[in-house]
Amino acid sequence: MNAPQIPAAILIILIPLMTSYSIPLLGWRWRGAGYYLALLAIGASLVCSLILLYTVLTVGTIHYHLGGWLPPWGIEYVIDPLNGFVGVVVCCLSFLVTLSSRASVEKELADKKVRFYTIYLLLFTGLMGITVTGDVFNLYVFLEIASLTAYALIAIGEDGAPLAAFNYIIMGTIGACFYLLGVGYLYIMTGSLNIADLAKLLPALYGSKVVLVALSFFLIGTAIKMGLFPLHVWLPDAYTYAPSAVSSFIAPLMTKVMAYILIRVMITVFEPSYSLKAVPAGTILSWLAAAAILAGSILAIAQSDFKRMLAYSSVSQIGYIVLGVGLANATGLVGSLLHILNHGFMKACLFTVAAALMLKTGGRNIYQLPGMHRRMPFTMAALAIGALSMVGVPPTCGFFSKWYLILGAIEAGQWVFVGVILLSSLLTAVYFMRMIEIIFLRPAPSGGNESGEGVRDEIPLSMSVPLWILAAGILLLGLFNERIVSGILRLALPAGY
Amino acid sequence: METISSIKPLGAVLVSLIAAMLILVTGDRHRNLRETWTLLAAVIKFSLVFSLVGPVLEGRSVETTLLTLVPGLKLQLRVDAFGLVFGLLASGLWVLTSIYSVGYMRSLQEHAQTRYFFCFALALSATMGIAFSANLLTLYIFYEILTLSTWPLVAHKETPEALAAGRKYLVYTLTSSTLILFSAAAIFVQTGTLDFTPGGFLAGRVAEGMLPLLFALLLFGFGVKAAIMPIHEWLPSAMIAPTPVSALLHAVAVVKAGVFGCLRVILYVFGPALLIQKGLWFPFALLVSFTILAAGMIALGEDNLKRRLAFSTINSLSIIILGALLRSKSGITGGILHLANHGFLKITLFFCAGAIYVKTHKELVSQLDGIGKQMPLTMAAFTIGAMGLAGIPPINGFISKWYLCLGALEAHEMIFLVVFLLSALLDVAFLFPIVYNAFFKDARGKPPHFDEAPRAMLVPLMITALVSVILGIYPDAFLRFFSLAAMAVQNILGGG
Repeated sequence: MNAPQIPAAILIILIPLMTSYSIPLLGWRWRGAGYYLALLAIGASLVCSLILLYTVLTVGTIHYHLGGWLPPWGIEYVIDPLNGFVGVVVCCLSFLVTLSSRASVEKELADKKVRFYTIYLLLFTGLMGITVTGDVFNLYVFLEIASLTAYALIAIGEDGAPLAAFNYIIMGTIGACFYLLGVGYLYIMTGSLNIADLAKLLPALYGSKVVLVALSFFLIGTAIKMGLFPLHVWLPDAYTYAPSAVSSFIAPLMTKVMAYILIRVMITVFEPSYSLKAVPAGTILSWLAAAAILAGSILAIAQSDFKRMLAYSSVSQIGYIVLGVGLANATGLVGSLLHILNHGFMKACLFTVAAALMLKTGGRNIYQLPGMHRRMPFTMAALAIGALSMVGVPPTCGFFSKWYLILGAIEAGQWVFVGVILLSSLLTAVYFMRMIEIIFLRPAPSGGNESGEGVRDEIPLSMSVPLWILAAGILLLGLFNERIVSGILRLALPAGY
Repeated sequence: METISSIKPLGAVLVSLIAAMLILVTGDRHRNLRETWTLLAAVIKFSLVFSLVGPVLEGRSVETTLLTLVPGLKLQLRVDAFGLVFGLLASGLWVLTSIYSVGYMRSLQEHAQTRYFFCFALALSATMGIAFSANLLTLYIFYEILTLSTWPLVAHKETPEALAAGRKYLVYTLTSSTLILFSAAAIFVQTGTLDFTPGGFLAGRVAEGMLPLLFALLLFGFGVKAAIMPIHEWLPSAMIAPTPVSALLHAVAVVKAGVFGCLRVILYVFGPALLIQKGLWFPFALLVSFTILAAGMIALGEDNLKRRLAFSTINSLSIIILGALLRSKSGITGGILHLANHGFLKITLFFCAGAIYVKTHKELVSQLDGIGKQMPLTMAAFTIGAMGLAGIPPINGFISKWYLCLGALEAHEMIFLVVFLLSALLDVAFLFPIVYNAFFKDARGKPPHFDEAPRAMLVPLMITALVSVILGIYPDAFLRFFSLAAMAVQNILGGG
């Protein structure tokens, strides 16, 4: 069912794109303009994304034809429950993270503020473009926009940031090239670049080796971009050395959008019965995911740098999302989609805490944090909520993604993966409970008095308000996850699930 | 059974959650206000729970449905007779423990009192949630919250030893939680429900081969908190916590939550009929019997008073589980009654241990010669506790042990009758010498004069001792434990 041509579908890209061009112009006069313009643009996109999701759920899938050109010759933006959902998640998290970025940008990147927000907004545009587009090549364009801006943003950090960004450039470009090759092969075989069109034309060609290779290239490309083990090696350095505001933005969002590309390819461009079962991509993905889940958790235990620990944790969490896809059943996919939302909130919360710690202490070493709850009680409380959610303690949201994934694995008869998920919860508990113990239970270094009132030094409101919204979100999304699952995610499942 | 919908169960859970938040906000600056929140919440909680006794004894269950958690499962509280026994025990004893805590913490001028009272209130919220959970997922949620809220209490002293005990506690409890989660998910996929049903709901709905595995996983899952051997080791280590923590949590709330979970699994998920049919009950009855006897024997050799009491607790908890596993009417009644009675007895003993520590800083049994002359009231209460555990009338322990022995006879299992009797002997052996030494031996060093514990600590322990005596003479007094237990058993065996 087609919905009318809603302007929100194009405005969601256009507003941040145009605003990003105006930031350097206005920034020439008023250096603080970047923050407010970015916030305004992302806020507008958030409103658009909500309108789009609402329309999709009430009326039907939206098809917006760019320039009035009809598909499959023209580019169209297609919004169905799946990317409507992802769009809202990306916009919401972007808004909250951008809100919190002011203080850390001021401290770490004061002289580069204007350029920073310009590129930042372009990154957001890229991510949103990937989310709403219905054309595989248009997706590549936005993918490259997002990637290049991300490389630039990471490179302006301290320590090993330029090297980390360089590693990321090399690996990321290889990944994007694989994706492009996949697009190319499909174009050669079908003559079309439109997702819906490909979905119609490809089933006749499933016997072709070229199509099989195209699928494989899509998988490899997205795997590199997502940081799926063992192609994750760019991720820890990139997340650790990037400026605080950048890691808070990239960590919750970038890999999730790449996971969205994987899901889109596996269930819309190709039919799940082909992509996940005939080609045993489902099995391959599940086993890689299981390895990612365990490897990420184990490596995280060895870290004493907070952001590096979170980076390896992300490697593990990407594993969860891919596992849900690989299980090839409804419950598993619901778990994946829910985890896109949940992990986004959790990592945004945790990385914002990391930004707060960088702001106040200048360090990332977790062993220097005993007694921090006296200095920054609210921030540390948010950390505790985020940590408990990562471990999977109910009723936080992290528990529920695991619940669906466990159910999906049991339904698929894959008891090994159930064991993997449970084991990883325990491993995650090791490094997150350790952090909570260090902060809350270990005696503060000499000089801490009983109430510690005099040493309270909390982060500014621009950072703590979004942090608290994220922390509250973790609890609320957990308690009310059933509404999201039944109301949105069930509708996003492909036919036949 | 008629079901009433009411906000009271939710109220009982939430009142201490709200108090916990208020405690955090009040902080150390206004200590008396902070303590008021705890006491107020405890009294309100107990009143709410007590008001549920009437409807439940009339045969109705009181329910609060909160929201649908995942498709097919609700976050739901349902108060039935069995849950109410646990709820009454925990909420009633919290009132007394709160008063005791204030005395203990202030006498020793302990640090981090706000964190202590905050975690305590949170733990009691979770305990109420466990007592009133209507299904296994709701129970699991509150069970996890209980683990996390009691962890800072175990590690309270912040010494390396305390932190290590805390870590051990977490490792044991979180690992066992994954076993419970796995079993809940597996059961849900096969049966589509996790609601507790008197007499069990698994019969005929779960694949035959999975039943022993699920039973083992669930019992070991809950068995960590219930301190079944060989997964009991966290409990003696946790004795490093302040004594009020050991008294309420590790003699009453946390360990009883584990036992409560085990009994829910035995009586409301699997059901006695299924367990007999599949012969599943026997291996576990043997395991807990081993725990009973081994723990009793280890207690004989422990010089540290709290550790000795910890092993006594391990001994008693397995007695409760054995009673339920005996699947006979008296056996289950005895088990449920002992859940309540042991709570009062053990908390008395721990209160006494704490009083002794506050006054004399003595922790070892060998140091307690002649202390009865210094603290006669405390040691009198201790004696009552010891008599009750051994099963000597007219203390309440006698009633529950009588029913347990009857239960063994009804089930024609002589071996377990012997186990019960041997454990009573062991109780005498490791508790009575303390009493004898306290009263009939002379203290080393200077002759003692009457110097009892502060009133805030002395009064609660005398009350719990007195209640133990009253319940020994009239088991159904005031809290109606006996009627509730009998009603629960009737539902389980009648419906199953």
